[in-house]
Amino acid sequence: MLYEQELKTFVEGTTNFFEVAAQQPASIGSPYLMEGSPSVHEYTGVIKISGKREGVVYFTAPKAMLTVLLMKMQENDFSHETMRDLVGEVANTISGNARRDFGRDFVISVPSVLSGEKPEFPQKPGQRSFIIPINWRSHSAKLVVSLT
Amino acid sequence: MSNGTMTANGKRYYKLMIVDDSNIMRRRIERSQQFEELQVVGTAANGEEAIELFKKTDPDVVTMDLTMPRMDGIECIGQLVALKPAVRILVVSALADKATAVEAMERGANGFLNKPFTDRQLNEAIAELMR
Repeated sequence: MLYEQELKTFVEGTTNFFEVAAQQPASIGSPYLMEGSPSVHEYTGVIKISGKREGVVYFTAPKAMLTVLLMKMQENDFSHETMRDLVGEVANTISGNARRDFGRDFVISVPSVLSGEKPEFPQKPGQRSFIIPINWRSHSAKLVVSLT
Repeated sequence: MSNGTMTANGKRYYKLMIVDDSNIMRRRIERSQQFEELQVVGTAANGEEAIELFKKTDPDVVTMDLTMPRMDGIECIGQLVALKPAVRILVVSALADKATAVEAMERGANGFLNKPFTDRQLNEAIAELMR
């Protein structure tokens, strides 16, 4: 069972990155339950969670959104490596927020980054995956929270 | 704080080393810091690289990420302080929990700045560090 406060922590970790790093807040769409296999954009930052809860949280974003985000951060390198670096930093911020709010009951991994591939994780009985749309400027990314 | 280095024209400057596994963050810190008396002497992507660079360049001020491959920031802080007790270290990390900040301070860090940060927050944190 995923609690609203837990979901809020992950969402705030994500929107905080846009608000501070790009000085332009992101808005969130209505969360919905994921059915079937996960759909991802070009770049995905993943954190694995164990301890009191088990599962994964990932932020997946299209290249176009990350390009504009980099521009807002005054970056001028838009390479594949920089895109990977950026989603990793967003995942890092989500992870930091979760550690602050949940303490050591949650064991949170160092973020990993995927480019194009779908995150593979065994779905456990009772595990539900919520998708939260993250809208920024004209772009949309997804935060996926999949925990038991 | 060490006395820094005196130039031929009598100006004092301090050497800054930036340690972060993110290229974006290293460039961001280098670009955003606005202190004339700080000169970036090098950047490192992990704790091991940082120790090697530190021995070669002898920085006065270090910005230090915590979550890095090969050697993390907490371990690296301890080693840098052992090499140069007067070094001033600003932790710049997404790890926002109190226990992590306390651990970094206990190892010898002098300040803590949470990621993400604005240019203003970075410069205020560096100013505080150099006071």
